Amino acid sequence: MNWESISTKMEGLRTRGSDLQTRLRSLRRRLTLLLAVVGPGLITSNVDNDAGGISTYAQAGAQYGYALLWSLIPMTIALYVTEEMCARMGVITGKGLSDLIREEFGFRPTFFVMVTGFFVDLANVVAEFAGVAAAMQIFGVSKYIAVPIAAIIVWVLVLRGTYRQVEVIFFAACGFYLAYVFSAFLAKPDWLEAMKHTVIPNLSFDSGYLVMLTGLIGTTIAPWQFFYLQAGFVEKKVGPRQYPQARADVFIGSVSCMVIVFFIIVCTAATLYASGHRNITDAGQAAQALIPLAGKWAGLLFAFGLLNASLFAASILPLSTAHVICEGLGFEAGIDHKFREAPIFYWLYTILIAVGAGIVLLPNAPLWKILIFSQVGNGIWLPVVVIFILLLVNRRELMGEYVNTLTFNIVAWATAVAMIVLTLVLTYTAIFHSGSPSP
Amino acid sequence: MQLYATELMGSETYDDQGHFVGRVREFFIEPAEQPNRVSHFLLSRGRFQPLLARHDQVAAIAPGTIRLNCSERALALYRPNEAWLAVRKDLLDQQIIDTKGRKVVRVNDVELAEQRTNGNVELRLTQVDVGLPGAVRRLLQGVVSPGVIRKLQSKLPQRAIRWEFVNLVEPDPLRRLKLRITHEKLEDLHPADLAEIMEDLSAAERQGIIASLDEETAAAVLAELDARLTTQIVEKMDPERAADILEEMAPDAAADLLAELPKETSDELLEEMPGREADEVRELLSFGAATAGGMMNPEFVFVGESSSRDEVLEWMRSQDLNLDQLDTVVLLDQSAQFSGTVPVARLLLAASQQSLTELRMEPLLSVPADADETDIFELFDKYNLRTLTVVDQEYRPIGTITVDDVVSRLVKK
Repeated sequence: MNWESISTKMEGLRTRGSDLQTRLRSLRRRLTLLLAVVGPGLITSNVDNDAGGISTYAQAGAQYGYALLWSLIPMTIALYVTEEMCARMGVITGKGLSDLIREEFGFRPTFFVMVTGFFVDLANVVAEFAGVAAAMQIFGVSKYIAVPIAAIIVWVLVLRGTYRQVEVIFFAACGFYLAYVFSAFLAKPDWLEAMKHTVIPNLSFDSGYLVMLTGLIGTTIAPWQFFYLQAGFVEKKVGPRQYPQARADVFIGSVSCMVIVFFIIVCTAATLYASGHRNITDAGQAAQALIPLAGKWAGLLFAFGLLNASLFAASILPLSTAHVICEGLGFEAGIDHKFREAPIFYWLYTILIAVGAGIVLLPNAPLWKILIFSQVGNGIWLPVVVIFILLLVNRRELMGEYVNTLTFNIVAWATAVAMIVLTLVLTYTAIFHSGSPSP
Repeated sequence: MQLYATELMGSETYDDQGHFVGRVREFFIEPAEQPNRVSHFLLSRGRFQPLLARHDQVAAIAPGTIRLNCSERALALYRPNEAWLAVRKDLLDQQIIDTKGRKVVRVNDVELAEQRTNGNVELRLTQVDVGLPGAVRRLLQGVVSPGVIRKLQSKLPQRAIRWEFVNLVEPDPLRRLKLRITHEKLEDLHPADLAEIMEDLSAAERQGIIASLDEETAAAVLAELDARLTTQIVEKMDPERAADILEEMAPDAAADLLAELPKETSDELLEEMPGREADEVRELLSFGAATAGGMMNPEFVFVGESSSRDEVLEWMRSQDLNLDQLDTVVLLDQSAQFSGTVPVARLLLAASQQSLTELRMEPLLSVPADADETDIFELFDKYNLRTLTVVDQEYRPIGTITVDDVVSRLVKK
């Protein structure tokens, strides 16, 4: 017997084993590093798929089938490019977006950005609670019960929970978006067709199609998310050394957000579009219409996804808004302060939730109009915020070597201009063609 | 009369002949001369180069109009000067540290007081306004009449900080030197308060503050800061200075900090530290973070068990002992093995010739270096301990865990 060859083989196995072990260890180390930083990007992007967003995606699928799926890839890029700049600013300067606007542009511009922000976000909060109402209707619960309970849950959760607890809940909420994946599978779509439309652009100059396209983009990229994202990284004390992880977080967030959008569109395209139910106005109707077409579970999962998304956004939006306003105007802010120490912060937070939920409860509330107002508001506010971001991220005294490179600037400005043009179109159509999705 | 920077910005300035010279766009303070006097006024003249009026060239100041006591020709052309503090650029909207209230606040406006000297008027910076009145003034100035603003702001709650208690935050070390920004006031704060203040600032500003503190204070602050921030700060620091600060820290705190750094950085810093301190820290680093070895402080007070109370007190006085560690005395027997602990309080009340063996605490408790932290927490809870001794395999004491180590770990959980 040749002992030598066996022992060399054994030796080889052993080294390979220890190699694997070190590699595993370094992988684990890298994972923990990522997990320490992950959060703001993932959460922010997923909150983008809020009540208003889901309604728009459902409509897009119902009216045009798979035809709009190609827009998801450019949208992912736009989302990533804009969010990355904020993440970078947060990580490098250690300051929130409203702080930077205040320090670099002075009191008045900040004040106007904050006041607009307040009203636009309020409209968004109303839309979220309307989403809660619509989803609970599918489950047979009256909005007069569902909405007040939701408002109280949101209020207590954020005020009583610690940052870590809240983040864990938010992560779970990110996970619940998978409801849409199941819902889409239950709808039995033609996956090959869907993939084809995702990769190959399908441009049409039909006016309804263009309106839908701008709607998709307008609801996916909301201005308030930039403030939340940047504050998230500042709050987590992510420093320049962890910038690669922060970027990865933003990337994962943007992609996962778009994957969910993909499944929502596929779901309604395979059912509502295919069977001719093309005129739906919101996500609640879409869920209702799904039940006879794809089975009870598909509809319920769709409604559950809507409830989750609405609650999720309703918890983050008021908090983020109150935070941003107080920070920009120099008031104490943050849930680690007591009510007495930060009264303005807590009042703003409470008003946003109380008024937001209250409007939904009004018997003849013009919810449809408020939804449009929130979209229009986002559309008007977005260009302002994006231009501030681009100006700030290019200031060398602020960002040092981390200013945008020329290539990045070209991509970023192109994205910004495209986004601005599209949202202006959306705003125009929302004002002048409101309420009637074109056939 | 009390004046505000916001009200004076844009004031029309006239020379001694009554000719219009320009509008005030900025006030400068020259900290090297006087820490609170407005030394120069920047007068803009549209497309012409702006002029500078010195403090002794100003005859009268009122919101909206400023009169000079000289002619336009006596004024100098403006050239930027890094050694001047600009009220609008460096103060308004920026964050400052309120050393009295111990927090970071944002400046809304700056309050000035007139002071008449022979023939001219000087402006002294008295307070910075960080409350609502300042915000209202900034928003409405030039939109509604000053009288209305004054009436409005008198109804709002005031929040202002006296200039003596203001500590500016300037990340650039050169500029800090030129502006004579010292952090003496910060050194008087409790390290825990200072650490909390620093958490509200940006990375560069934190770096600036740590850089200008003395090593002892810097060490105390770093020990209080969030672990993530400490590693960021230490990594960016000059290794030599970082090693000096680490040396000032308790070995267990230093080891905790180094354990968070990348291997190369921590090795480099250990190289820079003097041999004995570095060895202590290295030894601590070899223990797992969640074990007794990772929690303990290897600096503790130990005496022979047969010594008398007076001998021990005498000896302790003669030593330069760290008060934080002087809560409990560890006893050794003849073979240098652990034989018990005596709280210093008990030592104080004892008779002068009593031997330490008699004063020993019951029960005799110690843990091995690899004991798990949860077991330690339970021991502290069960026996209401203030300190616990860690022993090696030969039962020789190698360090002590104090109750504050336990508390800070429990809080982090």
